Amino acid sequence: MEWQPGATLGLLQARAALLRRIRRFFAERDVLEVETPLLCSRGITDPTIEPLIVERGVSLGRPRYLQTSPEYAMKRLLACHGQPIFQLARAFRDGEAGSRHNPEFTLLEWYRPGFDHHALMAEVAELVHHCIGERPLHSRSYRQLFLELLAVDPFTATIAELAAVARDRIDTGTIAGDRDLWLDLLMSHLIEPQLAGRGMWFVYDYPASQAALARTESSEGFMVGQRFELYVDGIELANGYFELLDAAEQRRRFERDNARRREYALPERPLDERLLAALEHGLPECSGVALGVDRLLMLATGAGDIRQVLAFDWERA
Amino acid sequence: MATFSTNDFRSGLRVILDGEPCTILENEFVKPGKGQAFNRVRLRNLKTGRVWERTFRSGETLEGADVVDRTMEYLYNDGEFWYFMEPDTFEQHQADAKAVAGALNWLKEQDPYEVTLYNGVPLSVLPPNFVELEIVETDPGLKGDTAQGGSKPAKLSTGAVVKVPLFINQGEVIRVDTRSGEYQNRVSK
Repeated sequence: MEWQPGATLGLLQARAALLRRIRRFFAERDVLEVETPLLCSRGITDPTIEPLIVERGVSLGRPRYLQTSPEYAMKRLLACHGQPIFQLARAFRDGEAGSRHNPEFTLLEWYRPGFDHHALMAEVAELVHHCIGERPLHSRSYRQLFLELLAVDPFTATIAELAAVARDRIDTGTIAGDRDLWLDLLMSHLIEPQLAGRGMWFVYDYPASQAALARTESSEGFMVGQRFELYVDGIELANGYFELLDAAEQRRRFERDNARRREYALPERPLDERLLAALEHGLPECSGVALGVDRLLMLATGAGDIRQVLAFDWERA
Repeated sequence: MATFSTNDFRSGLRVILDGEPCTILENEFVKPGKGQAFNRVRLRNLKTGRVWERTFRSGETLEGADVVDRTMEYLYNDGEFWYFMEPDTFEQHQADAKAVAGALNWLKEQDPYEVTLYNGVPLSVLPPNFVELEIVETDPGLKGDTAQGGSKPAKLSTGAVVKVPLFINQGEVIRVDTRSGEYQNRVSK
């Protein structure tokens, strides 16, 4: 019977030190630590994220969702108090396991009223420097990054052209899909590896179709989501938004997600009416970001596999 | 045969891909936080030996391949086929030239070989890591040269040619590493 942890004592100590550093970073900036429920009555609509669902228990009127991120609850706190807040929370995503994924993982999520996504990117860079030391810092729009590293324009290329760039370099078998599928494939297979060993890369202004919960605007004649991602040494570490405030637009996006879920024969998700009511009441102008703490620990310690930094990974839990 | 989803892909799993039997070597889950999930899978084609990487959408499925590995004794070659026997059932299997190609240099009667069967037919034959074979042809040995380096070609009973130290003689039996094709030592008979 294998009962031992997967992480060494040194890594457990490094995790504890990292959590202390993160808390000190926010304490110095007067950002309030909060906790919100892990088991939520509503789940995420995003068709590419599947929650784990708890179905049994006398306390359950209906099934509850293990949170995939604390975003909705934290926004309800923001709508009420308008305070900068952060949370170190466990999050769960079904079917996500590998050398950089564990179905149960630790997220650091924080919200900054009055910040746009560029101001928040600067703070994310400070936090990462504070935790893992200095790294060269690069910043590119999504479009610049594709033009620079793949010589293809993600906004104007046809789906066939995007697919051709992918098929030229990797065996994609029978994969077929929409524009976002090919963009995701190019990003994860051909761009991410090129960022390895090259420090911190912020990528911002994603195609509007990938805006998720970010507001959108027109930039260089293209509709972009005011969203950013951070890659450190080729590892995707954080995802942030200049947050969408418009409740009606938020409802349309949830409904569009559910339409795509129907299209892919995935179960639809009930909308989080409490979040929509909070948006209706009014969220302060703010930006928010979620950062993978286990991956930050990998970067801080040089561990090559997420299973090395977890006391008990999914298979040992 | 069962079907397997990308979540089930483990090293060693045998599947049918594009009509060919393949074994999975590695399976890496790739997914941006917001966006589609993929699996980058390294495979070996069991017929051709080709190793390559293919990307699947997470959740895609492949059919399992009826591929089994059995240790069998090599019996003989009739000019067209090579015959192997399962030691417990005495069942014989005939392997064609393509299947034995990788083991041809190291085939010795009564030695055990790992035969991979695909739908019951030998697909490939893997020799043991070490075989002992007789030298049928080499230049005469040099006395007193046991410590020095230097080597010469020697032809083995299977037709394979390996480099041996200068002191080795025709008629002697040597041990060869089949993975590298390198001489290991002289076998006293």
